Amino acid sequence: MEANQATPVKYDMEVVRWFTIAAAIYACVGTLIGVWVASELAWPFLNFDIAEITFGRLRPLHTNAVIFAFGGCALMATGFYIVQRTGATKLWSNGLAWATFIGWNLIIVSAVITLPLGWTSGKEYAELEWPIDIAIAVVWLMYGFNYIMTIGIRKTSHIYVSNWFTMGMIVMITYLHVVNSMAIPVSMTNSFSIYSGVQDAMIQWWWGHNAVGFYLTGGFLAIMYYFVPKQAGRPVFSYRLSVLHFWALTFGYVWLGAHHLQYTALPDWTGSLGAAVSLAMIIPSWGGAMNGMMTLSGAWDRLRTDYILRFLVVALAFYAMSTFEGPVMSIKTVNALSHYTDWTVGHVHSGALGWMAMVAYGAMYHMIKKLWGVEKMYSEGLVNVHFWLATIGTVVYVVAMWVSGIMQGLMWRDYDEYGTLTYTFVESVSAMHPYYAMRAIGGLIFNIGTWIALYNIVMTVRTASSARSASAVPANA
Amino acid sequence: MSDHDKIYSTQLQDKTERSTLLMFVLTAIAVAIGGIVEIVPLFYLPNTAMCQNDPTCNNTQHKDLNGNVIPMDKIIWNPATSASKTLNDWQPGDGVRPYKTLELAGRNVYIREGCFLCHSQMIRPFRDEKDRYGHYSIAEESMYDHTYQWGSKRTGPDLARLAGKYSDEWHRRHLMYPRDVVPESVMPNYFWLADKKVDVAETVETMKVLTIMPFNPVPKTIYTDEYIAGAAAELEGKTDMDALIAYLQGLGNHVKFEEGVNYRD
Repeated sequence: MEANQATPVKYDMEVVRWFTIAAAIYACVGTLIGVWVASELAWPFLNFDIAEITFGRLRPLHTNAVIFAFGGCALMATGFYIVQRTGATKLWSNGLAWATFIGWNLIIVSAVITLPLGWTSGKEYAELEWPIDIAIAVVWLMYGFNYIMTIGIRKTSHIYVSNWFTMGMIVMITYLHVVNSMAIPVSMTNSFSIYSGVQDAMIQWWWGHNAVGFYLTGGFLAIMYYFVPKQAGRPVFSYRLSVLHFWALTFGYVWLGAHHLQYTALPDWTGSLGAAVSLAMIIPSWGGAMNGMMTLSGAWDRLRTDYILRFLVVALAFYAMSTFEGPVMSIKTVNALSHYTDWTVGHVHSGALGWMAMVAYGAMYHMIKKLWGVEKMYSEGLVNVHFWLATIGTVVYVVAMWVSGIMQGLMWRDYDEYGTLTYTFVESVSAMHPYYAMRAIGGLIFNIGTWIALYNIVMTVRTASSARSASAVPANA
Repeated sequence: MSDHDKIYSTQLQDKTERSTLLMFVLTAIAVAIGGIVEIVPLFYLPNTAMCQNDPTCNNTQHKDLNGNVIPMDKIIWNPATSASKTLNDWQPGDGVRPYKTLELAGRNVYIREGCFLCHSQMIRPFRDEKDRYGHYSIAEESMYDHTYQWGSKRTGPDLARLAGKYSDEWHRRHLMYPRDVVPESVMPNYFWLADKKVDVAETVETMKVLTIMPFNPVPKTIYTDEYIAGAAAELEGKTDMDALIAYLQGLGNHVKFEEGVNYRD
């Protein structure tokens, strides 16, 4: 996948190091806030009657922290790493990459301040207010422009598959963010969408689902296509399958958003179209998952000793599971039951924890060893502990939400023999309590894993730095 | 290891992989299509409540049980043709209207507190939802909802037809300490809303902004200069709690639905 390097290239890796460390920190914080808001639903006294930490204000902070802080830093770290290595070139602009790092982190800080204050646009996963939205657009374009220009100055003949996926993400997220964030401000801290009702709902879910499709899926598939072969020490199983995977997802994923609006006031054809394409997406998604899995054929024994590979393989398993579950949930008869319930929350987390976070951690562990030039992590055993905590935590979380989601759906529609509704709404709320507690515990298990990862990463970096300080040659310009 | 000239796929694919620009352009086109197909028609097809400058809303035709088209001004309040001439005269059933001043202030509280994260405002056409919440929601009902509030999750019940189901006093007690009224509730206490004065300037500015929206603005014949000028007096002494209750008490009673009529296509 890399060109024959006659002269070794000196890559711009310092910014990658910083993005990697930032991702490891934000993973701890983002999932911790998640555990907190999950606990608020199980034990509402945890809102502590403080406006800033009530569920309604903290939940957007959780989603923004895990998606844009953890996910974003992981994507930018791996992106800048992959684009240099697959192109055998330095970044087009190291300065712009640093500006991206600083800008992105300032946006994250502003989210931490503004969301608890209730400054929200009221759009799920796009809650940040308009001045921050403008900053996001600027920083995102800086990242995208630098990335694409770096592809442009590559020394290799072909663009590697990871970079296709990242390019798709860069373009699509730009479209989505700009169109969905169109709003008229009433003040520095408040604004209203220029669209209303049906149109606003469709545009919001076009954004919502494609933030999943291109950012949390496409961007992380770029990670998969580079780090799985690298860690397994084998080439990608099928080049043609990756071509199919890329173009089918790039063209098809865009259509799926409407399946979030089945049976709403959105015209029926739109939701049905979204559902039909959703079903079709099983094929490329599973093709891609198989492509990753089969890359390991002949190297399966390494799973016994290679803990990083375990992260990557389990991530692929969750990717396959989620991309099957999603289309099933978009089928109208299933959606009638699952919509508005915790099943959706469980689905999102099997993707976010099982796929996205796992593949990101696999890549981060791999990169850290390369970036700091060490053979092993500070503790390979702790990598394994983290792996099991992450896997068990995710499974506990997802199972809790499956049970509670399906139970909610069934309770809401249940009739007794007299033809009246069997359950009041609040009976369904109290029936959820054990599962909400179980979900909080699953999340906590996952969260503990992230702290162990952070400790392991910090110790690895410290050990590497002290070992190197004698013969110190700065690794980057 | 130089097999870089061998083509393993198609010529176009190979050419694309060699060209940053071509890859960029093809990707940019591929990702645009789905969104265009699904979103653009919603701005000109009927039954999407796109009603600006067009009282027929792109020729939306809801038909009554005799097959006669229901005039749109029975669905969407039009002060020019309605017996109720101003927002303050408007009666439930007169048709979809923009929010009154205090309701609008309450809606800002609703958005600020993230209520939509646990409460939907979109009833689906199922028997159980009809029995539990009321008539299914129609597109016209959220046409003035800039930043729609349909929600995606029911940790709490749907609120689309909350108007009049409980008294103001019930809402006040429930919002202050939900578990005093509903012991199993997991909703946070919002007693502090009762100590917070309504943000008058923000509400007035919101009204002005809603009249200049590019899509489905509030007609200036409804948010008249006079009406907006009276907003400050209207909000005098009101708290966020008063505003939020006013908003909740105005949800979902705008349209008088007839049994058996299909209001969605």
